[in-house]
Amino acid sequence: MSATQDARTQIPVTVLTGYLGAGKTTLLNRILTENHGQRYAVIVNEFGEVGIDNDLLVESDEEIFEMNNGCICCTVRGDLIRTVQNLMKRKNAFDAIIVETTGVADPAPVAQTFFMDDDVRASAKLDAVVAVVDARHVLQRLEDTEEAEDQVAFADVILINKTDLVSPEELATVEARIRSINPYAVIHHSERCGVDIAKVLDRGAFDLDRILSLDPHFLEHGHHADECGPDCDHDHHDHDHHHDHDHDHGHGHHHHHHEEDPHSVKSISLKAGDLDPNMFFPWINQITQVQGPNILRMKGILAFKDDPQRYVIQGVHMIVEGDHQRDWKTDEARESRLVFIGRDLNWDVLRDSFQACAAQ
Amino acid sequence: MPTVAPVDVDGFVVRAGFLKDCAYFATGEGEIVFSGTGEQRSRPHKSGLLAAEPSQDGEALITSGDDGCIHQSAADGSGGLVAERPRKWIDMIACGPSGAVAFASGRTAWVRLADGREKEFAHDRAVGGLAFAPKGLRLAVSHYDGATLWWVGTDGAPVELTWKGAHLGVSFSPDGKYLVTAMQENALHAWRLADSQDMRMTGYPAKVKSFSWSAKGKYLATSGANAAVLWPFSGKTGPMGQTPLQLGVRGDNLVCAVACHPKEEVAALGYQDGMILMCRFEDNAEVLLRRPGNGPVSSMNWDAEGVRLAFGTEAGEAGIVGLQD
Repeated sequence: MSATQDARTQIPVTVLTGYLGAGKTTLLNRILTENHGQRYAVIVNEFGEVGIDNDLLVESDEEIFEMNNGCICCTVRGDLIRTVQNLMKRKNAFDAIIVETTGVADPAPVAQTFFMDDDVRASAKLDAVVAVVDARHVLQRLEDTEEAEDQVAFADVILINKTDLVSPEELATVEARIRSINPYAVIHHSERCGVDIAKVLDRGAFDLDRILSLDPHFLEHGHHADECGPDCDHDHHDHDHHHDHDHDHGHGHHHHHHEEDPHSVKSISLKAGDLDPNMFFPWINQITQVQGPNILRMKGILAFKDDPQRYVIQGVHMIVEGDHQRDWKTDEARESRLVFIGRDLNWDVLRDSFQACAAQ
Repeated sequence: MPTVAPVDVDGFVVRAGFLKDCAYFATGEGEIVFSGTGEQRSRPHKSGLLAAEPSQDGEALITSGDDGCIHQSAADGSGGLVAERPRKWIDMIACGPSGAVAFASGRTAWVRLADGREKEFAHDRAVGGLAFAPKGLRLAVSHYDGATLWWVGTDGAPVELTWKGAHLGVSFSPDGKYLVTAMQENALHAWRLADSQDMRMTGYPAKVKSFSWSAKGKYLATSGANAAVLWPFSGKTGPMGQTPLQLGVRGDNLVCAVACHPKEEVAALGYQDGMILMCRFEDNAEVLLRRPGNGPVSSMNWDAEGVRLAFGTEAGEAGIVGLQD
């Protein structure tokens, strides 16, 4: 049926990702036992060794559906569609849903399920993807596996757990590495997942209305760019010094130097003034159509020429959602900012083609 | 004038219909209400109820729940446990000939025969739907990239029908010549079983979640559009190259449940706003059976004579529409 998106009746869904042993189940049990008056339906991939104490606990075997639309990144989790539909037969039994994924799960199909299936979309809305990482092992995991990178790249909230097992210096290195993959996630530190639950739940990370208010780093990074001068649109996590790209800026601008596999996940913050909507929309459509499989997440706040309102946009692979948010304030600089997180993207082309959308 | 007798239920109506003359309403909260000469309420499952199907002989309602149990309940409230798969959510049931009951969880389907024997059918991908063939003890299991036809009584090799994509609800045509599936995409797929010829039925704005064969199997009525879409299956090539009938067109609302009349070329159509119309195939004449309510119609079924229609909605409304005074 058609997606009647009524935020009041859509059940919020929190997705927990993270490698085996990072502390997902510990966090889940903390959420469930804390006295917050919320009742949860919990969807787990398998009943683990650590018990989960909850009335409504569903086991769900990962079942990836490719959509028959010729797009290889348009995948959804068939098992989640089914489980959410089954849960909706008992709507009165819970207030929110938590999905715990396996350590090696790709978060994209999980997230896309909540955008691509009309029935699921009508009844539930993705609140946030929360990644739990183990401070001691995460760097190694990121070296070894694409899944670990995907989980960090995809997250709206990242809990760096087991901080008691590393030195402050090691922790700083871990945080810097995570930031280099994902510049806009909200990062928290914890021991034994001891984090204020309110910082994990009810984030509204996919609400266009709340994109800015919940992503302080989003602005912070824009602020960095300002320091480089008004015309600077450099990549904050630039790795293109391998390329024969004629770069105007000194390499001192590059905040994170890693001798990395070029296939690893990177992010780019693009910045411009007013954009021409007649240029921007065909561009973003084309980029996401062609590069969708390589784009993990995308978020942006845009200023369109002669438009008094801010336009906010977010995306997962090929799925893009955008809407007007509110009027630009008089003391606010009209700036367009767009962050892409992805792998194997041609960052130079992305930046140059974005710049070409600037209003004349 | 049609009359509506409301029935009080406690939640999302998973299935509404009739066991002989007695109406039943099974809800997601786990309650079954039998409404015949009197009213009988039972609660066979420990918590939620996920699926319900009447047995072919009309003597019992088979239900499954998130407690892993499959129960049968007769209209007088008596019943018992049919099978159990602890910790599994059993969300699919089909009832076959001679008291056979098929059920599924994850990638496995089981058939329990009337004598208590159980047979297990394993698949590479999760079971999307279950249906028994109209003749012979044959089970169709839809899944990702196709469907499998199993002979339940023998160990004969299964027939694999393939078509890319996720196949969900499944149904045999009453003459047994076609197998139809509803897909994750907004489309139906059908195979002509004689030669495995593929047929695609597309153009739906929403997923097809309800289908119903008309009297003698001439049409397959489907939900998923702002009208009921009825595909002709009477000709030699089925719906191939044919334009479907469209009944009960509404500009602003989608049909989400369909129930063809057991005798006449008429169908009841349930809409997202809870309205129910009865439409005649021949001339699209409409009769209002129920005004819009609080939620989408989730289940509707006629009694054997076609004089009463039991219905329920996602919002916990239910009732019996009577066509006779």
